[in-house]
Amino acid sequence: MQILLQEPSFDAGALLNAFTAGAGNIGAVVSFTGVVRDHPQTPLTAMEIEHYPGMTERALEEIAKSAAQRWSLGDVLVVHRFGRLTPGEQIMMVAAAAPHRRDAFDAADFLMDYLKSRAPFWKREITAQGPQWVQANPQDEDALARWSKD
Amino acid sequence: MNVLYFAWVRERIGLPRETIETSAPTPRALIEELRSKDPRYAAAFADLAALRVALDQELADFDAPLKGVKELAFFPPMTGG
Repeated sequence: MQILLQEPSFDAGALLNAFTAGAGNIGAVVSFTGVVRDHPQTPLTAMEIEHYPGMTERALEEIAKSAAQRWSLGDVLVVHRFGRLTPGEQIMMVAAAAPHRRDAFDAADFLMDYLKSRAPFWKREITAQGPQWVQANPQDEDALARWSKD
Repeated sequence: MNVLYFAWVRERIGLPRETIETSAPTPRALIEELRSKDPRYAAAFADLAALRVALDQELADFDAPLKGVKELAFFPPMTGG
């Protein structure tokens, strides 16, 4: 299990290659990379990500552990940045390595759903009109419910 | 008890953290206490549905016991990922 919480940018390709090489006897790796999205109407100057030092590390670890307990995985990678980012920059990345692809896909999906609304990060968008906190999407909360059904 | 604020909760209160001496049994009771103390708290805690609480860095319920808790944090719903 690898958890990286950092301000600087990261090389998703290099991380993914190293993760795959270190995962051992697996048959599938699924990864997801989140990117700062620009606004077509009001161009984004920057996105600032605030977090809760201490709790963030604990939450990321807990989320990765839950995925590892739930699916048969070779390894789990979670990378999340904080601080000031510009459009097009990579914000975060998850990867799940497993003997079979279904476990890898589901685990990556689960990691994303939990990172969205259970890891203490808060995004703020800066545009020419000023700063604006990003509102949590109620659908993100609904997305968590599907993991507790079975 | 150390009380931490994040995102717009921090902005409305005007502080990232403070030490509060309280005998409030729950976060809900502490919110009531703070609301009556200063309008900044009333503004930050106007809508509990838009608020989350963590006790010793674990998400918790507004009615969870505060006894023994060293660090409490109030913040809006998280927007990670």
